[in-house]
Amino acid sequence: MTEEQVKQIVIDIINEIAPDEDTSNLKSEVNLRDQMDLDSMDFLDIVMELRKQHGIEVPEEDYPKLASLDSCADYLTPKFNS
Amino acid sequence: MNRPRIVITGVGLTSPNGNSISEFRDNLLRGVANIQEIDMRYMGKVPAGVCDFEATKYQSRKELRVGTRAGSIAIYCASEAIANSAIDFPNYDKDRIGVYIGTTEHGNVETENEIYNISKFDYDTRYWTHHHNPRTVANNPAGEITINLGITGPHYTIGAACAAGNAGLIQAVQMLQLNEVDFALAGGVSESIQTFGIFAGFKSQGALAKHDDPNKASRPFDISRNGIVVSEGGCLFTLERLDDALERGASIIAEIIGYCMNSDASDYVLPNPERQSECMLKAVRSSGLALSDIDLISTHATSTPQGDIQECKAIREVFQNCPSTYINNSKGFIGHAMGAAGALELAGNLPSFRDNTIHPTINIDTLDEECTLNNLVINHPLKVDSIKYILNNSFGMLGINSALVLKKYDE
Repeated sequence: MTEEQVKQIVIDIINEIAPDEDTSNLKSEVNLRDQMDLDSMDFLDIVMELRKQHGIEVPEEDYPKLASLDSCADYLTPKFNS
Repeated sequence: MNRPRIVITGVGLTSPNGNSISEFRDNLLRGVANIQEIDMRYMGKVPAGVCDFEATKYQSRKELRVGTRAGSIAIYCASEAIANSAIDFPNYDKDRIGVYIGTTEHGNVETENEIYNISKFDYDTRYWTHHHNPRTVANNPAGEITINLGITGPHYTIGAACAAGNAGLIQAVQMLQLNEVDFALAGGVSESIQTFGIFAGFKSQGALAKHDDPNKASRPFDISRNGIVVSEGGCLFTLERLDDALERGASIIAEIIGYCMNSDASDYVLPNPERQSECMLKAVRSSGLALSDIDLISTHATSTPQGDIQECKAIREVFQNCPSTYINNSKGFIGHAMGAAGALELAGNLPSFRDNTIHPTINIDTLDEECTLNNLVINHPLKVDSIKYILNNSFGMLGINSALVLKKYDE
């Protein structure tokens, strides 16, 4: 799986959990919370959906690695490919 | 003690047959019920009252996803009630607003859904949502209102089984009289059709309605009634002290002049007519009226074989010498909206202060002799000379009784 595909998976999850947000022009390098109205509960939802939909576990200490689409791709791509 | 007079200045509601008081009232007068069959998890088709209000009118899609159905119903009703009250809400001191919501139960829906969800993951609790606790705390529907509307005064729910709608109103009256708040949102809400447990429980109890035509399944006082139609819904009123309402030029819908809550102290489910009689008597007494002053009794009867008879016994006992007191019931139209029932049924009857018309009890093909009541309005609306006082009954499991006395407000 490519990093671009992983980014799209994260965007798809955000579309589910924050359906009022416009995710069409997200900047990959910018923190998601600086571009959208996301709170800590939303990040827990992202973690839950990664677990439910893709069997990916994100331990609590790694939550900061989900800050931006780029950091998500860096962190999650090896997990998707392992 | 000279207590301040408390008045209703706004109504917001959603019921299976209407999303505003005018639509609801119109359907009550036209005899339009709206009960449908829904697919209930583990049970198959059951009759239920389903509301169809525009939830996104007052909530974002994210709020709807995170919150509960009860919260959404509560927010819709609160927002509509505030609009109806015509208060200057943006500039009102939100710290002086109280939110008092009656509920029959809360949390069953959300817990059942999560258990169903983790059943898909071999009951691994890592898949249990972190939203569960904020969704299931008992104050949830009231709390969601405060978050949505920025209200910083007190909020809580009053758990009072199916007497909850009245109980919410009584709480608001008391808090306004104590000067704890200046403006209250109060009444009841219910999301009960989302939980199979309520339906299965009534079925096991032999108290779940069954009929080929869902719109005839809820039939209080009819000889062939066989149980409750569970419904969702909500009705919240805005309440204020009369002086405050007059000062801001509010349109006053009714005055709450008396109430009573008491307990059967006898059985978990079977109502006790003696205590219900006492409840009605005390409510009327607290209003300073004579029994014969009551023009209309809105009954609670839920269409169960036993419960309806018990309430009729209680009413006959108390109002036997009141030839001009009329009686009706609203559950044939909308089923039993549980925690919302008392408030919704009151809202359905309040317009009679202006149109002097009593909406009927529908679906009575053959009146049960044991439910015979003088002046029971059956199947067709009745125009009368005037309605000045309404008694609103609402009773619930564990023997919780409530009665509210409303007065037409004359300027």
